[in-house]
Amino acid sequence: MAELVRQITYRGVSHQPGTPTLEMRDISVAYAAGANGVTTQRGTQYALQAVSFKVEAGERIAVVGPNGAGKSTLFKIIVGTLKPSQGEVHIFGQGPTGHICIAYVPQRSQIDWSFPVTVEDVVMMGRVGRIGFFRWPRRQDWQIVRASLERVRALHLAKKQIGELSGGQQQRVFIARALAQEAELLLLDEPLTGLDVPSQEAIFEVLDGLRPDGVTVLVATHDLNLAAERFDRVMLLNHQMVAFGSGTAVLTPENLLAAYGGHMHRLSETDLLLTDTCCEGHDG
Amino acid sequence: MDWLLEPLQFDFIVRALVAATAVGIVCSILGTYVVLRGMAFFGDALAHTILPGVVIAFLLGWPLAVGALIMGVLTALGIGFMTERSAIKEDTAIGVIFAGMFALGVALLSASGNYTVDLAHFLFGNLLGVTNGDLWTIAILGGVVLLAIFLFYKEFLVISFDPVLATTLRLPATFLRYLLLILIAVTIVVALQVVGIALMLAMFVTPAAAASLLTRRLPTMMVIAGVIGAFSGVAGLYASYHLNIASGPAVVLVATLLFVLVFLFAPGRGYVWQRL
Repeated sequence: MAELVRQITYRGVSHQPGTPTLEMRDISVAYAAGANGVTTQRGTQYALQAVSFKVEAGERIAVVGPNGAGKSTLFKIIVGTLKPSQGEVHIFGQGPTGHICIAYVPQRSQIDWSFPVTVEDVVMMGRVGRIGFFRWPRRQDWQIVRASLERVRALHLAKKQIGELSGGQQQRVFIARALAQEAELLLLDEPLTGLDVPSQEAIFEVLDGLRPDGVTVLVATHDLNLAAERFDRVMLLNHQMVAFGSGTAVLTPENLLAAYGGHMHRLSETDLLLTDTCCEGHDG
Repeated sequence: MDWLLEPLQFDFIVRALVAATAVGIVCSILGTYVVLRGMAFFGDALAHTILPGVVIAFLLGWPLAVGALIMGVLTALGIGFMTERSAIKEDTAIGVIFAGMFALGVALLSASGNYTVDLAHFLFGNLLGVTNGDLWTIAILGGVVLLAIFLFYKEFLVISFDPVLATTLRLPATFLRYLLLILIAVTIVVALQVVGIALMLAMFVTPAAAASLLTRRLPTMMVIAGVIGAFSGVAGLYASYHLNIASGPAVVLVATLLFVLVFLFAPGRGYVWQRL
């Protein structure tokens, strides 16, 4: 009961000054024994193994790697829905489960778009944690919702049901929800998949607009070109951290071969062909 | 007007009307969450598992609602617990408990005297036998359910639409999920006398499903579902009176008819509309 009262009256932990936005130390996640038939003679199988890194405020990070490389697992650990079997996660100096400043934008395939909510209803959901139990949205909350929609250029869609939106508009609305949540660490799971180039550009524009506020952005993506061109740093994952750094330093033929293995075909000294069949819904 | 006023000279009909209206409203409004969260099978199973509780209360001479309430809340928690950490698939776990408890209820009842009449009342409701005490039970428990839906509106909306968001907002998601299960159990107790165990699911699902085709906003959906549920209760009772058919099935048939009409003719989304 005391635990419940604590949860109901919860307002988030404070940030320790001078600590990195996100720090992972030696994170490993073992597949649950028996699940997916992965406990083999080779011993414990890991979704993630010994992953360590630091991300500073305001950075824009692309997380790339083949399907099932552990990208979604990494995000789940940061959000706090999954506990690592080993290692420590610190967000502004504290464990993830205390923070209400982490926003997660799900893959579009994970949302029921026929759900009877309008765009502004969805964005208002980001305020629920701050409004608190037994209270209703105040004028200030509605102002924040409208301002968030304005920033992603979706204010004109406020009264639409979410199923009436295009793919790019849907992504922007969920980013607006993260803004309404006053997120300082923003995780986007495959936001670019299935979007045309103008829609992708619109999303990058929105993310660019967050930089002055010091919002840190992690984006899981399959698009290596965009990862190299549009992000500060690229994290190449394949259960282990293959490389983490600037796009040109990370996306070398050697690293890509190490990460993608059999899906990568060398056409010549400089050209690689990637036959990794991406797409939503398979976990990344 | 005679056909409208004539039944009202009987006190038991008036009580039945009040009960049917109240139950129609409470079931249908909570039913919107049952429909949106895909919990139809859970609701049906939970309704059946309360039978042993009802039978034991009946045999001991207690108010039926007490037995139903204890059993309903216990099973809701039990199913919630099993599906949370068991290696068995959710619908399988529910199916096992559902059939087992229902069999236990029928077995207990069959050991006692007037087996078939009593069983029919539990299965299909006994709307015309509603007492003043029953009305109080319906009013108090129904009021509690509606109040909870109102107070936890935004939190229920979040856990139903996007459970991961509930995590990042650090809402007590487990507490909210169990609360919703308990509310369903309490509503089943409320509706027991009106439609009975076997037809309970219709009161949860049918008005809410019709409402989902008529609006794209949750609050509106709740209001429309409530209106359809209340109307089904009243119209069903009149149909039962004038056509001399059992009242519980009559209520459900009216709701079903309304759903079919909406499914065919709903503006924009009805079957006929889309083919014009």
